[in-house]
Amino acid sequence: MIKVILTICYILLAPLIGGLLDGLDRKISARMQRRVGPPLLQPFYDVSKLLRKKPTAVANSQNFLLISYMVLMILTGAFFFAGTDLLMCFFVMSTAATFLYFAGVVTSSPYASIGAQRELLAMMVYEPAVLFSCVGFYLATGSFNVSEIAMSNKSAIIYLPGFFVAFVFILTIKMRKSPFDLATSHHPNQEIVKGITTDIGTRNLAIFTITEWYENVFLMAVVGLFIANKNLISIIGAVIVILLVYFLEILIDNTSARVKWQTMLKTTWIVTILFAGVNLIILMIVK
Amino acid sequence: MGKVSKSPWLLHYDGSSCNGCDIEVLACLTPVYDAERLGVMNTGDPMQADILVITGGINSQNQATVKQLYDQMADPKVVVAIGVCACTGGVFKECYNILGGVDTTIPVDVYVPGCAARPQAIIDGIIKGVEIYNERAAKLESKGGNQ
Repeated sequence: MIKVILTICYILLAPLIGGLLDGLDRKISARMQRRVGPPLLQPFYDVSKLLRKKPTAVANSQNFLLISYMVLMILTGAFFFAGTDLLMCFFVMSTAATFLYFAGVVTSSPYASIGAQRELLAMMVYEPAVLFSCVGFYLATGSFNVSEIAMSNKSAIIYLPGFFVAFVFILTIKMRKSPFDLATSHHPNQEIVKGITTDIGTRNLAIFTITEWYENVFLMAVVGLFIANKNLISIIGAVIVILLVYFLEILIDNTSARVKWQTMLKTTWIVTILFAGVNLIILMIVK
Repeated sequence: MGKVSKSPWLLHYDGSSCNGCDIEVLACLTPVYDAERLGVMNTGDPMQADILVITGGINSQNQATVKQLYDQMADPKVVVAIGVCACTGGVFKECYNILGGVDTTIPVDVYVPGCAARPQAIIDGIIKGVEIYNERAAKLESKGGNQ
């Protein structure tokens, strides 16, 4: 029963929480740059404006592809909060990203195509760390099921500090934050205009933005999964860690410049192998 | 329609400007003026923009580009001409390659004069543009053009 309630809560509340986190992000970023910054609810104003504009699409298939992207991303989070297999969640998320790739490619804009290729590349870069994390959760708790991981006796992070570092590292890629915002950036005037979202305007851009909110909430929930255990008080700890990680991402975003994809590939894989890999070996020897 | 006015996204195009007005437009986004507190964002993408901000006059080479950028923007849209060159052609008016102000190519809604236009004037012009945008959005909605 509680799983059903959690799933429904996710589907209904994730855009709200995601939008607020986005607004907080923009506000904190502005304060870091000594600006006043937009109102907290600015992301909602943006989306409601986009929805009121006359719908345009450079290709009809774009509508279908972006809606599929959104539905699959909602499904990813719904699976997670329903307490099912963690591997399944990440596989569905990869499928969603593939739809986004096609939505970028069908526009035939050179900028969107480059952005789409970079999106695929980013998938290749972060996927090992994601799969490692799933394996880590299994080794630490003996289950791939989210509900069982969350209800384990001890927080998973006790066994998986290296996996946690690797996962937070790839969050920068997943959340499209500088220095790894290669596919598309939240900051205007990228070297490839708006990357994969070039030529995605009006209603479609609103769908893309809302999907990003769903995705962020899901990713933050995975961060929380590292902390959560049988004790209900651990949820408070999880929320604090989530907010700290989110702040860290904003800080990284505001203090670093975009890198080339080669650098992204090298650093991410080195961090993944060094932290998650070593953690994995120790875990296999100890357990 | 209150919510629309809180999120004007700009597309900034530099015609044959001397760059004076461009620097002032960018100055609006710096910490001193911080146009983002009004929800203003400088997008590089015409498909995502609401307000086309043009500096500098129109010449025979950029006329087609300006027309195309305007056509790519989704309705409702507003054009703001920044600086005297964008308004009338300015000091370059008599040049053999200059056709005149932006209104020789696309309909202009707000004229912001000045050489260079001050950031305060530019923000004022954008706010005026937002009012026109709201009227157009209301008209579009009553027509049922937005499903």
